[in-house]
Amino acid sequence: MNCGAIKQKLSASGAESVSETDYARKGFALDVQVAPEHLVAAVSVLDAEGFFIEAVTGVDWLGEQAALRKEAEAKAAAEAKAKAEAAAGEEAPAVAPPAEQGELPEDALEAVYDFNHYEGLCRVTIRTRMVRSKPEVPTISQIYPGANWHERETHDFFGIIFVGHPYLVPLLLPEDADYHPLLKDFRP
Amino acid sequence: MSAFAESEAKETFVLNLGPQHPATHGVLRVKLTMDGEYIVEAEPVLGYIHRMHEKMGENRTWAQFLPNTGRMDYLHALAFNHGYVSVVERAAGIEVPERAEYLRVITSELNRVSSHLLWFGAFILDLGGFSPLLYVFDDREHILDLLESVTGSRLTYCYFRFGGVYNDIDGDFVAGARAFIKRLRGRMPMYHNLVTKNIILMKRLQEVGPISAEMCRKYGATGPVCRGSGINFDVRKHEPYSIYPEMDFDVPVYEQCDSMARYMVRMDEIEQSLRIVEQALDKMPEGPVMAEKVPKVLKPTKGDYYHAVETARGSFGVRVVSDGSNTPYRLKLRSPTYSNLSLYGEACRGMLLPDALALMGSLDLVIPEIDR
Repeated sequence: MNCGAIKQKLSASGAESVSETDYARKGFALDVQVAPEHLVAAVSVLDAEGFFIEAVTGVDWLGEQAALRKEAEAKAAAEAKAKAEAAAGEEAPAVAPPAEQGELPEDALEAVYDFNHYEGLCRVTIRTRMVRSKPEVPTISQIYPGANWHERETHDFFGIIFVGHPYLVPLLLPEDADYHPLLKDFRP
Repeated sequence: MSAFAESEAKETFVLNLGPQHPATHGVLRVKLTMDGEYIVEAEPVLGYIHRMHEKMGENRTWAQFLPNTGRMDYLHALAFNHGYVSVVERAAGIEVPERAEYLRVITSELNRVSSHLLWFGAFILDLGGFSPLLYVFDDREHILDLLESVTGSRLTYCYFRFGGVYNDIDGDFVAGARAFIKRLRGRMPMYHNLVTKNIILMKRLQEVGPISAEMCRKYGATGPVCRGSGINFDVRKHEPYSIYPEMDFDVPVYEQCDSMARYMVRMDEIEQSLRIVEQALDKMPEGPVMAEKVPKVLKPTKGDYYHAVETARGSFGVRVVSDGSNTPYRLKLRSPTYSNLSLYGEACRGMLLPDALALMGSLDLVIPEIDR
């Protein structure tokens, strides 16, 4: 089991980025970011290498874009202030016009897939992001039948639609549930 | 050709097993499509005791979630404690004193023995033998008394804290644990003579309920289920945590893939857990049981972290996403029997109903942990 070789194969399968993480600090060895259309290719690589599926889950990044913008503005303001202080006394600091506030990009939902290997120590985390208004990602249940339940659970909790899933009905929630409790804007 | 003969081949009926059925050990329903005594299709229906622990995690502080962990797998609550405290310690960079790690291992291994004993009794009960259940409750009582003296509770433990454990053990516990190890070692040959070598049990379990290694991989089965299929995978050896690397123990693996193999794995694991407890009691250093300077309000570094531990039923993993605040942003609980049960539908296709119940018993289901 060679994590380095798997990293290369994953990169070749069309993953956006494959980074090695500090295992002792994070608890997983490879952090893979893929676009939804390349997910099946990446998972097929792991299947061919003999990985087993640990879990599929989601993360709702509601408010992330606003937080990022706020962070960027704070940084810009701090830089402007430092500049103004350096130039203090020489001339009146020009007041920087506030940056043009465009429409915020839409927040993302993330599907997270964990794979592990029975032999070597190489836990691989695959992430794929989709917009919140159209959360669609292809199913991997034809590769790993065990993903069937995990995807149903993720659909229950986040409303992510696994395109091509054979039986996407609520598993843990009641059979008539039309709400997704792990979305950050869920109100009971 | 009569109409009767023509329809015979196609005639199936639906049988609901559960949600209240003694063989499912909790509120699990299995929708069975039967052709006479044979199963054509089995669909487990979950969620009867779903409590949304993951959402609860997002609504309370890191420490407030601790008691929840003991309420998922009520038979091996300490391992679930261990998984959660370990991932938070990893995220917040908390060092645990060595004595505390020893106490964690001693108590969770005793807890594992109690879980396997209860499974043993309940499994034989499923197969129609009543008396072993009474014998194991006698043994298990000793473990519950020991754990009660140190943790303060008998079933849903909440003993581990971030940075250690909340209570030290005393001389009575050490003497009691040693006496119990001696006692159980004396009882195991009796269990083997009474049950394992019983011809009825052998006929019910051998070459029944095959789960291949490939099926384990495709469904993510871990724990005794995969070890009964010839896969040598135990988180304690595979990704060593706590003080397990310092302990000398074996991982029982059986190649037969049948219900008997899973039975034997668990019976052998009882002895291995006793070995670990014995060594840990011998080697345990003196010292504090709680790390100093653990902040009262915990704010782990931003990012996501994973930690897996080996519970009595397999690999329990916790993924946390921290946004640097005092509550988890996201808490994913990967429970072992959820994956182990997901292969049930495929594994029991074409089986006789009584054999499928034996297979279900050999998976060692704990429903609150599946439903979470």
